[in-house]
Amino acid sequence: MSEVKDKIDYSVMPDERGHFGVYGGIFASETLMQALDELKTAYEKSINDKAFQAEFDADLAHYVGRPSPLYYAERLSREVGGAQIYLKREDLNHTGAHKVNNTIGQALLARAMGKKRVIAETGAGQHGVATATVAARFGMECVVYMGQEDIIRQAPNVYRMKLLGAEVIPVTSGSKTLKDALNEAMRDWVTNVDDTFYIIGTVAGPHPYPAMVRDFQSVIGREARRQMQEQTGRLPDALVACIGGGSNAIGLFHPFLADESVEMYGVEAAGEGLETGNHAAPLCAGRPGVLHGNRTYLMEDRDGQIIETHSVSAGLDYPGVGPEHAWLKDIGRVNYVAATDEQALKAFHQLTRVEGIIPALESSHAIAYGVKQAAQMSPDQNMIINLSGRGDKDINTIARIEGIEL
Amino acid sequence: MSRLKACFERLSAESKKALIPYVMTGDPQPEVTLPLMHAMVESGATIIELGAPFSDPMADGPVIQAAAERSLEHHTSLHDVFDVARKFRQKDDQTPIVLMGYLNPIEVMGYEAFAKQAVESGIDGVITVDMPPEEAEDYIAALKQYQIDPIFLIAPTTTEERMQKIAAVASGFVYYVSLKGVTGAATLDVAGVVERVSLIRKYIDLPIGVGFGISNAQAAASVSGCADAVVVGSAIVNRMAAQKDTKSEQTTIIVRDVTELLDSMRKAMDSE
Repeated sequence: MSEVKDKIDYSVMPDERGHFGVYGGIFASETLMQALDELKTAYEKSINDKAFQAEFDADLAHYVGRPSPLYYAERLSREVGGAQIYLKREDLNHTGAHKVNNTIGQALLARAMGKKRVIAETGAGQHGVATATVAARFGMECVVYMGQEDIIRQAPNVYRMKLLGAEVIPVTSGSKTLKDALNEAMRDWVTNVDDTFYIIGTVAGPHPYPAMVRDFQSVIGREARRQMQEQTGRLPDALVACIGGGSNAIGLFHPFLADESVEMYGVEAAGEGLETGNHAAPLCAGRPGVLHGNRTYLMEDRDGQIIETHSVSAGLDYPGVGPEHAWLKDIGRVNYVAATDEQALKAFHQLTRVEGIIPALESSHAIAYGVKQAAQMSPDQNMIINLSGRGDKDINTIARIEGIEL
Repeated sequence: MSRLKACFERLSAESKKALIPYVMTGDPQPEVTLPLMHAMVESGATIIELGAPFSDPMADGPVIQAAAERSLEHHTSLHDVFDVARKFRQKDDQTPIVLMGYLNPIEVMGYEAFAKQAVESGIDGVITVDMPPEEAEDYIAALKQYQIDPIFLIAPTTTEERMQKIAAVASGFVYYVSLKGVTGAATLDVAGVVERVSLIRKYIDLPIGVGFGISNAQAAASVSGCADAVVVGSAIVNRMAAQKDTKSEQTTIIVRDVTELLDSMRKAMDSE
């Protein structure tokens, strides 16, 4: 395997038409092809545009509050009794998650392209809030599509989006969750393609979204790499991040892909257990197919219909995954694993009590697998877990599961 | 000669335009589809677009999505679509059938296995909404190996450069989506359609079908002034959704309503 890895130049992926190996690409309806082409041109121009990058960096510093700390979780590490655990504190970003890194980037692109209206899909509501936030700041009209089920699960974020001036449209088709919100947002974009910019929240969708969102999120890994070297004098031994669509994970992983000594673990939602079928773990238990504009691993039945997923965490409740992850799985660079609802809930409590940090339910999946893996490593090894979001939005869900009335 | 080519040549000789109704296989009940297909041909349908349901039909509006959901309640699969086509062919060997759906069910089956079974069941063309020509090399090769026409969509946003790309790979006919937006949305801009269709003709030497937003006889007639074929989708599917009669009467009522609509369209188109 290491021989194969040596030959791969991760920085040149994807190819011109968005392929990561056999994954990715552009599988979109004809109406969107021209818009995707315009977006690709604008995105490619922005990469080498010093003024654009300077404005992006300035916004990340002064609006988002970056760099986010790399925090040594000493008590958690001691309790686990293995590798030293560091948390990349994306939960401390403005709006409370990594999502805003990407929405700032795409809003700057939208402005550069002269679009006055932005739309987004959201699952847990974090991406919706991050989109509504930048829309407020840039003075753009904002519409967020959200599954009816998720609106119930994530009521505080719905209110937050409304306060920020966004219109939240409930989606009642299909399973009424993230994938259906994405379908509706796509339909809006097809209809209003002239004046509307679609801010996709993860590294999925047709090219250039997977590459573009990765580039905006890679600030996480670039910072973590530098911070780890400053604090410990070397690279980490392991990286752990949760995966729904996979944007926080690719953001952390990407700047380390060429560092062979760094093991990586992408943690999917095993829901009630992979063996029950009630989960959201396409990389662990799905197979390749085409959905939402790209080829990737999917949760599907034998006829190719997309099946309903289950996770306690709305942000991981998605039947697909970013195509770059599909490729990294096949070439063996990243280990894709899963944590159950129960394990995530246990990790949620553990981090809250031991470190005084309330993690998002999504990030709790990474904590759950991270502490398990760390326990098998030696105390002179270091691990970074991406704490992708804060858990305040989830306290109602947790209380309900535990039978507590707030 | 392919059924589609023969069909358009026959129409052209008679100075008539094609009327292409869309029905979702298995909507609202599996037993409705076959008798409805035969009845539509009797009411002047020249080609039948047979929908294959997909759980996530991103390019369609709520009407077609609901039809897919009704169909999937009966677990309708590509095998069921083939089955309906095969039974239709027992009585009708002339009317072309075009399968319309999304890529993932075809991916799961495998392009070649799909093309082989499609042609064996009497399907003549395939429209895959989320398969642009750029990604379609293997898919087109498999279809052409079995003499199935790959039919592509053209949108109001399609550039002249892309029209040339589509011209290089399409056969049978091309389908101009007359609106930005999803199926069943908004109203039709006839003057805009006329202009676009003449632009498409500059690059593509195939019959042009126009669909999206055609819901009544008047719209069908005005579009048939410039196009070679008129596609009617949501207006038919709406009639499935509208009626809630008992199962035994369902087929009779749907057939009556749909043929009434097609009769009026055919009449208006022929007198145009």
